[in-house]
Amino acid sequence: MNINLTLIGQSIAFAIFVWFCVKYVWPPITAAMEARQKKIADGLSAADRASLDLELAQEKAAQQMQQAKEEAAVLIDQANKRAAQIVEASKDDARKEGEKLIEQARAEIQQERVQARDALRSEVALLAIAGAEKILETSVDAKAHSEMLDKLAAQL
Amino acid sequence: MADTPVEYIKHHLQNLTYGKLDAGYERFDGTVMNESAWTFARTAQEASDMGFMAVHVDTLGWSIAMGVLFLGLFRYVAKRVTTGVPGGLQNLVEVTVEFIENLVRDGFHARNPLIAPLALTIFVWILLMNMLKFIPVDYIPTLASALGLEYFKIVPTTDPNATFGISIGVFLLIIFYSLKVKGITGFAKELSMQPFNHWALIPVNLVLEVLVLIVKPISLALRLFGNMYAGEVVFILIALLPLWAQWTLNLPWAIFHILVIPLQAFIFTMLTIVYLAAAHQDH
Repeated sequence: MNINLTLIGQSIAFAIFVWFCVKYVWPPITAAMEARQKKIADGLSAADRASLDLELAQEKAAQQMQQAKEEAAVLIDQANKRAAQIVEASKDDARKEGEKLIEQARAEIQQERVQARDALRSEVALLAIAGAEKILETSVDAKAHSEMLDKLAAQL
Repeated sequence: MADTPVEYIKHHLQNLTYGKLDAGYERFDGTVMNESAWTFARTAQEASDMGFMAVHVDTLGWSIAMGVLFLGLFRYVAKRVTTGVPGGLQNLVEVTVEFIENLVRDGFHARNPLIAPLALTIFVWILLMNMLKFIPVDYIPTLASALGLEYFKIVPTTDPNATFGISIGVFLLIIFYSLKVKGITGFAKELSMQPFNHWALIPVNLVLEVLVLIVKPISLALRLFGNMYAGEVVFILIALLPLWAQWTLNLPWAIFHILVIPLQAFIFTMLTIVYLAAAHQDH
């Protein structure tokens, strides 16, 4: 247990070790630890942000869904109305068309009746003349008696 | 090797000393030195006669080896350090660094980038040097004597040269930072105007404060040395017991030292931080 040069040697070794530690050991290790700490903190805050974002997105999605539903309802409503209108309009058209057809048919029938009557009338006139000829046994001058015949025909 | 228990104990407490013997010195075997020369001491008497001009080769060698081991390990990790998931070794190193960082943060409030690495160096270095105690007391000396070395004491902290070497380094830092932070007048004022703030009591204050200042490195060094030395002596005493009885005492004592060894390293580190924090405090 003698105090000797070892004391100084030990002090020098100590100084060198401390210098080395200050220069080459401490800075990289603490820097890495700080960097990791920052990384973890960033990660945590990112996770927080992400969950917030998710919540917002879900809210937004729900809103959009609601809006879409409303729009769809409006569209369906409009479509229904439109369909009713179309049905109504086509019914109207069909009725008009039908009426028109009936009208035409009636007109034709009327016309044919008139024609038939005319034809019948002239037929009757001829028959009447023929009958009269037979009765009179003489030929009737058609031209001379046409006036009378026409009067007769008009009376029929 | 020694024969009687006393010789055995003395042998185990003697450092391997390489020093200068003066011309005319009569050596252990009766030969007389022709001229002064550096040589290994063969007896404890020779070692103490060498005086200051001697080196404890074992103390220096083992302490430097432990320092290199510490720095090598930490430098190895520092070079491969990753900010991602750390491996086992990096984890160990980071836990140690963080432990020291917290100690410094709690105990040292000024800004000084030197203090934390200094504390780390002191802690791990002393821890490693103390841990050499776990090697059974006869292994290394027996090996050394087989290599022709008379003495070999492997635990550097059981040598007051080692503990004082470190504490003197700390003491110089205390003086340096006291002067740097407070200036010469501030430091002189601190030494002379406390604890009694009156001009008439300056001499009393000076005596008290200088004593307090000087006691710091002495208490640091002696606390560590005393604990380690006493522990070592007990280990040596246990080694003198009959073989069958040794483990009954050796095992509990070694287990106890699992507590003592880091505790002493921690106390040395903590007190260093506290002393340097006081040196940075401007009144």
